[in-house]
Amino acid sequence: MKILVCIKQVPDMESKFKLDAAGLWYARTDLAWRMNEYDEYAVEQAVQVKEQFKDADVTVLCIGPEQVKETMKKALAMGCDRGAHIADDEVWAKEPFEVAGVIAEFARGKDFDLIFTGMQSQDRGSGQVGVLVAEMLGMASVSTVVSFAFDGTTVTAKRELEGGVKACINVKTPVLVTCQLGMNTPRYPTLPNIMKAKKKELLSTPVADLLKVDKRQETARMYFPEKKGGGQVLEGDLGEMADRLIKILKEKTAVLS
Amino acid sequence: MKILLVAESREGKVLGGTYELVAFAAKMQAESVMFLVGDEGALPKYDGKLYLAEAKACGEYNPDVHKQLLLEVVAKENPDMIALCHSSYGWDLAPRLAFALGAAQVSEVVGLADGLPVVPVCNAKLRRDVKAKTAKTVVTLQAGAFGLSEEPAGTPSVEKLGGAAAGRVQFTGYEQAAAGGVDLGKASVIVSAGRGIGKPENVAMVAALAKALGGEYGASRPVVDAEWVEHNRQVGTTGQTVAPKLYVACGISGAIQHLAGMKKSEFIVAINTDKDAPIGDVADVLVVADLKQFVPLLTEKIQAL
Ligand SMILES: Cc1cc2nc3c(=O)[nH]c(=O)nc-3n(C[C@@H](O)[C@H](O)[C@H](O)COP(=O)(O)OP(=O)(O)OC[C@H]3O[C@@H](n4cnc5c(N)ncnc54)[C@H](O)[C@@H]3O)c2cc1C
Ligand SMILES: Cc1cc2nc3c(=O)[nH]c(=O)nc-3n(C[C@H](O)[C@H](O)[C@H](O)COP(=O)(O)OP(=O)(O)OC[C@H]3O[C@@H](n4cnc5c(N)ncnc54)[C@H](O)[C@@H]3O)c2cc1C
Repeated sequence: MKILVCIKQVPDMESKFKLDAAGLWYARTDLAWRMNEYDEYAVEQAVQVKEQFKDADVTVLCIGPEQVKETMKKALAMGCDRGAHIADDEVWAKEPFEVAGVIAEFARGKDFDLIFTGMQSQDRGSGQVGVLVAEMLGMASVSTVVSFAFDGTTVTAKRELEGGVKACINVKTPVLVTCQLGMNTPRYPTLPNIMKAKKKELLSTPVADLLKVDKRQETARMYFPEKKGGGQVLEGDLGEMADRLIKILKEKTAVLS
Repeated sequence: MKILLVAESREGKVLGGTYELVAFAAKMQAESVMFLVGDEGALPKYDGKLYLAEAKACGEYNPDVHKQLLLEVVAKENPDMIALCHSSYGWDLAPRLAFALGAAQVSEVVGLADGLPVVPVCNAKLRRDVKAKTAKTVVTLQAGAFGLSEEPAGTPSVEKLGGAAAGRVQFTGYEQAAAGGVDLGKASVIVSAGRGIGKPENVAMVAALAKALGGEYGASRPVVDAEWVEHNRQVGTTGQTVAPKLYVACGISGAIQHLAGMKKSEFIVAINTDKDAPIGDVADVLVVADLKQFVPLLTEKIQAL
């Protein structure tokens, strides 16, 4: 059984963002990078399937500059077997259709039974790449999955809808699944597994070898939204802030009276 | 400009987002037609042409079939744009259409800037204006971004669709959210715990503040996913929608899906170490502090009143 899991490296969302010189994306310096949260569920699910079917082989794929290998190593330490790094220093200039095109080109002819992606990325969040890859490969796909079971041929899954309702579905492999938060409990890599991961295959392919599609959209402008204002910001001594907040609550709400 | 609006229905009911699509078309000053997989007995209020496929025949979730039916409508109507809600239905279907039509897809549109769609980046800390380079574009609209221009009205002229082949994904039914437990909708004060609480033991300090304020405690999704707090206390699009007199967000960044569940609260206080956290945009008061120190102190002072 062959499994592919696609991960993206994203900045920590608590970072202080600045615009890059061209004003088309955020500046990529002074940021802490991590695995896209949704993709942690994708990696965990792939590894769980591998543990269920001992003969499974899990490839983790990531497109990006050299630094994304750090994030790939985490996926290898979580239990993926091999890494396929698609070297691209300009991944930032690619839109979802191009990213999906590169992944589909990599996967074509490799007969993956299951492909896992996150339902969206935390930074750009278009929620397109997974379903696009499946369409490009002519494969069935199911998005926003929060519960996943597999018997070797049929996937039984639950999609999460608004208001906490779930849609139950069945689908036969090959299938691509986009993973939603809460699908499982992503494991923390253990020290022995981190050591083992260092010996696993992690091959780089230049993106030019796999990029066969054209850009369909571009960023015209990137900017900070206008602060809606109005809100009061309290900073400084904890005790003083607590007193001020209590005063405000007494004046503006009825909850303390 | 002509826009094809992809309406939504679930269990026979037209969903509210459908009318936001109508408002979007009005804002774009565009002509529109609508598509719905739904029930003939429960049509959307809409003054225009509606292409209707029966959900009983093709299933409410059946991406292959819905895509096929939509492509038929696109062939007939030749729209410049196809608009869907940025919802579990819309974001699933949109990339399929975009691929089949060779169209660019712009996801989660929150506004328009000189006619270009505007989308959020990095948890809404940044915004981006997007220029499509294709003849047709597929857009998904963030819930609430375009509102309702007016009370929805009208009766559509219906053209029925039918006869699509079976799909690969088999829909077997809905599972409803578990009922019972606390009813956050009744609380006049809600104090919610976000991922910023750091560990499950800290739920207690949030619950203590809620109690001191005479209210209930809630949580953001990661705290529920980690099983630190039960699901019926989750606030947001996939949890409860609440509007208490006072909402206190402790260690919650303010993702759109969380805001959707609490932004109508009468008064909002946020406690966060990140001064730029998007929760600051809806908060009446943002306390820049470590909640682990601030929350117990505040609770103590309130108890002493
Ligand atoms: C450092 C950096 C700079 C960027 N700069 C720009 C810019 O200047 N202009 C601009 O328009 N966009 C920029 N981007 C965004 C960009 O290239 C998008 O990430 C890309 O188009 C994919 O879209 P998405 O993230 O919305 O994917 P989504 O559809 O939201 O992602 C869904 C899933 O697809 C998979 N996936 C996505 N990306 C990758 C990847 N690289 N490798 C492997 N799997 C992946 C993951 O499984 C992910 O969970 C930048 C991104 C980064 C990381
Ligand atoms: C389809 C879909 C549906 C969703 N539905 C929901 C939903 O119903 N409800 C929901 O909440 N989310 C929902 N989400 C998830 C949502 O996108 C966010 O991931 C989530 O709301 C983030 O939760 P958070 O703010 O607690 O965590 P984070 O975004 O991680 O934010 C943590 C915050 O805590 C702050 N912080 C850290 N340490 C401290 C400290 N010591 N003191 C004070 N502050 C601190 C940080 O600065 C940060 O702002 C949904 C997502 C999707 C895709």
